[in-house]
Amino acid sequence: MSKPRVFSRREALQLAATSAAGLVTVGGGLWLAARHHANRDVVLPSIRSHRVEQPAGAPRWVVARGPDAAANVRRALEAIGGMGAFVKRGESVLIKPNVGWNRLPEQAANTNPEVVAEVVRHVRAAGAAKIWVADVPVNAAERCFERSGISRAVGDAGATVLLPGSNSFTEVSVGGQVLQSANVLKVLADADKVINLPMVKQHGLTQLTGCLKNWYGVLGGHRVRLHQDIHHSIVDLAAMAKPTLTVLDATRVLMANGPTGGSLSDVKRLDTIVVGLDEVALDTFGASLMGFDPAEIGFLEIAEKAGLGTRDFRSLKSVEIPG
Amino acid sequence: MWVKLRRAYQVLFLSLFLFLLVVTSAGAIKGYPVGWFLWGDPLVALSTALASRTLAPHLLWSVPLVLVALVFGRFFCGWMCPMGVLHHVISYLSLKRKAVDRIAANQPRPAWQRVKYYVLVVMLGMAALGSTQVGLLDPIASTWRGLATVVVPAAANSGVAILQDERHFQFGWLIAAVFFGALALNLIWPRFYCRVLCPLGALLGLLSKFSLFRISRQEGACNLCKACVTDCAGAADPMGTCNTAECLMCMACLEACPKGAVTYSFLPGLGTHTTRVDLTRRRWVTAAAAGVVAVPLMRASDAGARPAPERIRPPGAVDEPEFLARCIKCSACMKVCPTGGLQPALLEAGLEGLWTPVLVPRVGHCEQGCTLCTQVCPTAALTPLTVGEKIGQPPAVDPVRLGSAAIDRGRCLPWANDTQCIVCEEVCPTSPKAIFFKEEQVRMRDGTQVLFKRPHVDLEKCIGCGICEARCPVFDRAAIRVSSVGETRSRSNRVILKGGKV
Repeated sequence: MSKPRVFSRREALQLAATSAAGLVTVGGGLWLAARHHANRDVVLPSIRSHRVEQPAGAPRWVVARGPDAAANVRRALEAIGGMGAFVKRGESVLIKPNVGWNRLPEQAANTNPEVVAEVVRHVRAAGAAKIWVADVPVNAAERCFERSGISRAVGDAGATVLLPGSNSFTEVSVGGQVLQSANVLKVLADADKVINLPMVKQHGLTQLTGCLKNWYGVLGGHRVRLHQDIHHSIVDLAAMAKPTLTVLDATRVLMANGPTGGSLSDVKRLDTIVVGLDEVALDTFGASLMGFDPAEIGFLEIAEKAGLGTRDFRSLKSVEIPG
Repeated sequence: MWVKLRRAYQVLFLSLFLFLLVVTSAGAIKGYPVGWFLWGDPLVALSTALASRTLAPHLLWSVPLVLVALVFGRFFCGWMCPMGVLHHVISYLSLKRKAVDRIAANQPRPAWQRVKYYVLVVMLGMAALGSTQVGLLDPIASTWRGLATVVVPAAANSGVAILQDERHFQFGWLIAAVFFGALALNLIWPRFYCRVLCPLGALLGLLSKFSLFRISRQEGACNLCKACVTDCAGAADPMGTCNTAECLMCMACLEACPKGAVTYSFLPGLGTHTTRVDLTRRRWVTAAAAGVVAVPLMRASDAGARPAPERIRPPGAVDEPEFLARCIKCSACMKVCPTGGLQPALLEAGLEGLWTPVLVPRVGHCEQGCTLCTQVCPTAALTPLTVGEKIGQPPAVDPVRLGSAAIDRGRCLPWANDTQCIVCEEVCPTSPKAIFFKEEQVRMRDGTQVLFKRPHVDLEKCIGCGICEARCPVFDRAAIRVSSVGETRSRSNRVILKGGKV
């Protein structure tokens, strides 16, 4: 009978180290292989609804006219129940104007800065803890926010402009007719409440850009491919966004060479603000303001069929505030 | 005391340089005089003045630096130059431990040190025939270019955003190789670049032959201990000839000398130092002649004979010959461009145009309401413009055109694939739009009739900004592309008859 083998301390440590290395190799390999499969079927999050219940009998949309854009915003918001009916103390709020272009306010290619500032003030007064103003411009972002006057207006009114950067986006499920998923501004997913703040303009492809089309501006990624089926894409995006409230700026409207404009002869003053909850109705109303035939605007019909709202804005309870 | 003071100045000027570089962020300069270091560069002033026969007013800032050299010597090299500081730091980090090795590294090597004078004279010879090439090796332009097109983007792209989001510059590796290669030379001898290659150092060296204050050595007081040589940055031979033209004014010798034999004083006497530049008349003439001859040789083999469609210059660019006389390849315009579309040319503008700015619309367009590049250009290779002048508001009669767009109907979705699109029309910034569409009924494969909006370009309206190409959804090679034809600055690179001078 042979003597039992005696291990020196060095040998014992070596053996332990070898065993550990073997275990790490096997376990690590299995773990990495498991990750390989796990990464393939990640479930994308969806954007939750930002809507709030409106009290019975409240108007669905309000139009205010007059030479003072900020006063129009104020009067329209009061008539629809006040910002306090939509934003609660301590909430975070995203305001999404149209700041797509490097243009001056009088060129009417972006939402009017006074209108943006007034909305910010109302959200602040309602007690919001955080107010972000964001858009993903087509032109250089910093220049757009600067020259549109929106950076300054928003800063003075006490909110934060979020310029989109490479880390500003997150992929979410859209589950639409055309769009399965999209890279959208993270803040759209993060904010408690979302206020859509578009302006109304002529547009070469879709004829009209207003509330529904404004959601294109939360997209990152290679979004220009959407134009191949723009009408369905617009409806998919609007259905995804589910905003709390929409303020449509028709103070100055761009009648031609939209959505970029550039010449003052393209611009018409309508001195009108529309506030509401039915974006299809608001866009249809906007089209009528511009003198367009809503029946010719493809995405409105699709949106109505998808249940996003009604083109028959007259059927909804409304308030008109003359100038 | 001297060395501490010098270091404080070096830190101060490097910080100022970095501050001005960083605030030249994509899309804003916030009123800072971001080109200040480049304006103050006498080599830039001399070369562009020789080449263009004019002096951009900003370059008058170089006069103070000439005066400083005439009074104090190469004070700039040792105390102010941002590249000098970087090289000083690398030299310091790679110092040999033994004094005897350091003394060996700091021996004067006239055959090497005269190379910088050749570089200077060749480049000025080229400038005399209208080709400004000093920017290739000028320390301020090189440092700006290396940091702006390689270091800052590499940091920003890795998540260390320094007032700038993601950026990429084509063939930046070549710029990086030169920039870091120059830094690596310090491993051979301390401040190798400053001693051997720097054309600005050579120019300031020539000026300091006449300086009023100089380093000198009193032979009687010197005990030949070599302490002064141990840290001499310029290899200026403080224990021997004590050469004013090579002295980088690092002041190390003053502090090292245990006997007080080395002094910095007003016009020290003969025999205590030399101002000799070690180049014979024959060599000066040969170098100048080489520079002069290089220009026609380079141009004979270059692209001048055929048009350069990809040579889309930034707005305000002067016509090509004058542009090549003025541009110092510093990349200030590229750093400030809000879309990142301005890129360093490799061969798009010929060998002469290496690293000059070209717009690559697929990377980024020229923003219609932006004239930042024209404001930061230190040499007026880009004429300063207001937005009104750029877009052609009265009293300007015409917008500034960089080129013209053309549609590739074989790749365009509505033309080739019966698919709706018209993104190019949407983003076109002119009013009326240069890109318009015609509606056409198309019989589809399944027999149905569909109305398509098919884009066309109105060459009279197109300004060549390239946003159509930048945004075209055909991801790799866009279906609408801009080339330089129609550019305002050229009389010959035209296409339409209207307004043309034949």
